[in-house]
Amino acid sequence: MIATKSTPRVVLYEGTEAAPLEKALRAELLSKMLERGLPVTIARSENPLFSAANDRHEKRFVLGNFAGRFPQTATNQSDDQTAAEFRDIAGLDVDAVLSLVEELRAGVNDPSNGKRWKPWFPVIDYSRCTNCMQCLSFCLFDVYGATSDGKIQVQNESNCKTDCPACSRVCPEVAIMFPKYKAGPINGDEISTDDVRREAMKVDISALLGGDIYAMLRDRSAKAQSRFSKERDDERALKERQRCLNKLKSTAGDMEIPSEVLASLPSMDQIQSKAEIARQRAQQALAQQAKASENSENK
Amino acid sequence: MTDQPRILYCHCAFAQVIPKDVKQGVLERLGDAGVDFECVPDLCEMSANRDPILQQIAENPNVRIAACYPRAVQGLFVAAGHPLPQPGPEIINMRVLNAEETAAALLRPRDELPAETNVYAEAEPIETANTAGDRT
Repeated sequence: MIATKSTPRVVLYEGTEAAPLEKALRAELLSKMLERGLPVTIARSENPLFSAANDRHEKRFVLGNFAGRFPQTATNQSDDQTAAEFRDIAGLDVDAVLSLVEELRAGVNDPSNGKRWKPWFPVIDYSRCTNCMQCLSFCLFDVYGATSDGKIQVQNESNCKTDCPACSRVCPEVAIMFPKYKAGPINGDEISTDDVRREAMKVDISALLGGDIYAMLRDRSAKAQSRFSKERDDERALKERQRCLNKLKSTAGDMEIPSEVLASLPSMDQIQSKAEIARQRAQQALAQQAKASENSENK
Repeated sequence: MTDQPRILYCHCAFAQVIPKDVKQGVLERLGDAGVDFECVPDLCEMSANRDPILQQIAENPNVRIAACYPRAVQGLFVAAGHPLPQPGPEIINMRVLNAEETAAALLRPRDELPAETNVYAEAEPIETANTAGDRT
């Protein structure tokens, strides 16, 4: 888990007490503020919106063509006043409005603190998950964990390796999604019977490899690195390394593990140690799950 | 006060999976329609951050969400500890619809049937990662 707070919100106010924004300005502002990680509300009516009405502690910057006359709501609010700051953007161009917003943003406690992390992490479809713990056993980066009653959950999203969907490939139930993945069903698209059959076959292949994919990958990586160290010519060595990594990637192609992740795998001892810890955590979670199930049956 | 569903738009800011022209086209059409709407940079990011706004959305079934695959969106709310109600918000998939289709689905009158049935995963509420005290 990363935080439990909202970032400041921009409200583009086009209600009765402000002139409408120019069409092109509105569209460009919306797009640019969203790209900068700011949530934006377009407010035309007095209808309470999610945040504007319900969260008095959320910081909001209310921008509009007020022409020097701020809406009644700006002066009527009491405890809400500290949460909303009104600014007149009449006559300002896109860059000037964005500068104003950044200035306002710098003055408040923004949980993101300007730092942004590409949110790539597994999302579990609990309607399919059978809690088999294969994902927990497989992941070397502690992304997965279990609740006190032994239910699998994603606990450390930011530990996940960007663009690596490998855990979804070992899931026998096609229950792990990566919403930003390029194709279905991993991206959340509906699952066909062919998808289920294909994923089951991959798990069988994994079992044929002795269930220790990482050992195989590490071994091949070590061989590639050994060949690389023997090369004296830098250019040739670089090409050789690239060739080896490509070969390694093609070997592990079904897993779609990015080259960067393969290249950064820890030593064999560390892999074995991490894999053993993960296996123990999975077994512990399964035992807790069985106990919880037994307790509920006895009630 | 109208009971027209509120609109939530996800910009999927960190990936190229939703075409830029679709996102821009939807924003322009919503802007031109004269309605209130909420835009968030990235629902995945909000889920990972356990953003409180997700709870507010989950408590309001009268919402239309423009984002990606319904199964993924459902999963993101479950992961944040705030499963969407069933039946709940209509999820409009910008990965498969173009800007015009998305905007039409978002803006159609409440009682008008959708052009295409949206499929929801039956996400079972579950203890989630924000119940830190229960972790093993």
